[in-house]
Amino acid sequence: MQTEPTIIGFLCNWCSYAAADLAGNSKLEVPGNLTTIRVMCSSRVDPVFILNAYFQGADGVLVAGCHPGDCHYQTGNYYARRRLALLIKILQTFDIEPKRLRLSWISASEGQRFSEITQEFAKFIKEAGPNPLKKKPFFE
Amino acid sequence: MKALKLSQSPDNAIGSLLKYLFEQNKISAAFVLCKNNSRDYFYGLITDKNLLEKITPTTPIMPSSAGKMLSKLTMLEPLTSPIAVVLRPCEMRAFYELIKLEQARPDNILFISFTCKGVISIKESKDGFEEKIEAYQKNPATELTLPGLRQCCQICENFVPENADIILPLIEKNDLNNTTFLIKTEKAEDFVQGFEAETVEEELNDTEISKIKEKRARKKAEVFANITPDKLGMKGLIDIFGRCLNCHACGRACPICYCNLCYFDSADSEVGPKAYEAETETKGAYRLPANTIFYHIGRMIHISLSCIGCGMCTDVCPVSIPVGTIFTRVAESAQEVFKYIPGRNIEEKIPILTFKINEFEEIGEE
Ligand code: SF4
Ligand code: SF4
Ligand code: SF4
Ligand code: FES
Repeated sequence: MQTEPTIIGFLCNWCSYAAADLAGNSKLEVPGNLTTIRVMCSSRVDPVFILNAYFQGADGVLVAGCHPGDCHYQTGNYYARRRLALLIKILQTFDIEPKRLRLSWISASEGQRFSEITQEFAKFIKEAGPNPLKKKPFFE
Repeated sequence: MKALKLSQSPDNAIGSLLKYLFEQNKISAAFVLCKNNSRDYFYGLITDKNLLEKITPTTPIMPSSAGKMLSKLTMLEPLTSPIAVVLRPCEMRAFYELIKLEQARPDNILFISFTCKGVISIKESKDGFEEKIEAYQKNPATELTLPGLRQCCQICENFVPENADIILPLIEKNDLNNTTFLIKTEKAEDFVQGFEAETVEEELNDTEISKIKEKRARKKAEVFANITPDKLGMKGLIDIFGRCLNCHACGRACPICYCNLCYFDSADSEVGPKAYEAETETKGAYRLPANTIFYHIGRMIHISLSCIGCGMCTDVCPVSIPVGTIFTRVAESAQEVFKYIPGRNIEEKIPILTFKINEFEEIGEE
């Protein structure tokens, strides 16, 4: 039986992934139950990836990219934000908690911020309990 | 606006117009619904004007979405010579969405459409279909209880083909002996120039149209009242999609689902021990086919902004899941976020293909 929640982090190569690296190098604390997936830009994240993570048992999903205006590809993160807005709306229509999804802007130099955000999110998810999608019944 | 009147049935009048366009070399082909027999309706691209007697453009059946079929014809290169296309409003809106998705091109097409009473399920297209059609034709458009009428049509409020070049006001009149062509665009004027018919001034009948709209809106509210978040949730989703075969016919028939290599058909969707063990560990069992609800929500994420509520998906579902009704409901709330109406305006971008700098600031954590 799993006790610690599972958190998936989609991290932009140019900023948040570098920030995670920096956090590690600076010996800052990062939750051990965070599994990171490096993407080339936050806009690479098809909301279906996030849904897939939930269906496969993730309790929380973090998408982190460059601050607005700082995307390596100029505008990728604005598109990412719209896609997540759409995803959130669709999840809400089904009463599936969108609070398990977080979008954060973390630049390459913000190792400290990376550590804080991920720890805070891990704490939040732990309190929220297991993802109900995982509890989808086999028989009613 | 300028209108042309003929004392012929709508199908015959469309036939006469197409014949004229052929004779004047104004079109090289007509894309229109054809009938082989009561079990076999299909869209055809006709170049021989003698085959026009096989057309049946207003028969209430949608064997496939004309929007999707037209995208097949125009995806790789634009049409080189003009064709006339006769299609239903939602099919035209689907075609517009496909243009925006770069799956189709609008060049060299004359759009002919009509105010739409809806279509009868493909499954009814068998011996005895003619009687159903007759009942359908006699009924006024406000009558939503026709047997076999798609539920998506019963709740469709966008049955006026706003963007067509030529519009036939069919459902407000429900007249099988006389037909009017409303000549809506300059392009259409050029095409019909010289066509023999009584010329009059006529507009769409807004009073009748709003009556039908109201009736359908009420029906929609009724249907949607059962598809609210509190009634859905995971349990509701299992109730609705539980018997889904995962055949993906709904997506194949959907005009908006255009990917030839669908993610949900890829090897990523196969389920080996790694995938099922996580579930068997907590539940002691694993349900197959797997990933059905994942597929449906995934498809909603991909297409809901462009879903035009045609009901093709419901029509082809072998296990009678009301796919289109659920999708239309979700689409409405997704489209509402961006105040977007699919197929309305060819210049308007699909919301996820554009953005504003200052928006949804509550979502991204600063
Ligand atoms: S969805 Fe609307 S436009 Fe399409 S066939 Fe039905 S009634 Fe006609
Ligand atoms: S999801 Fe269904 S109703 Fe919506 S566009 Fe596709 S086929 Fe039509
Ligand atoms: S057509 Fe019906 S059975 Fe097939 S995937 Fe769609 S909902 Fe499931
Ligand atoms: S490159 Fe980092 S969000 Fe686009």
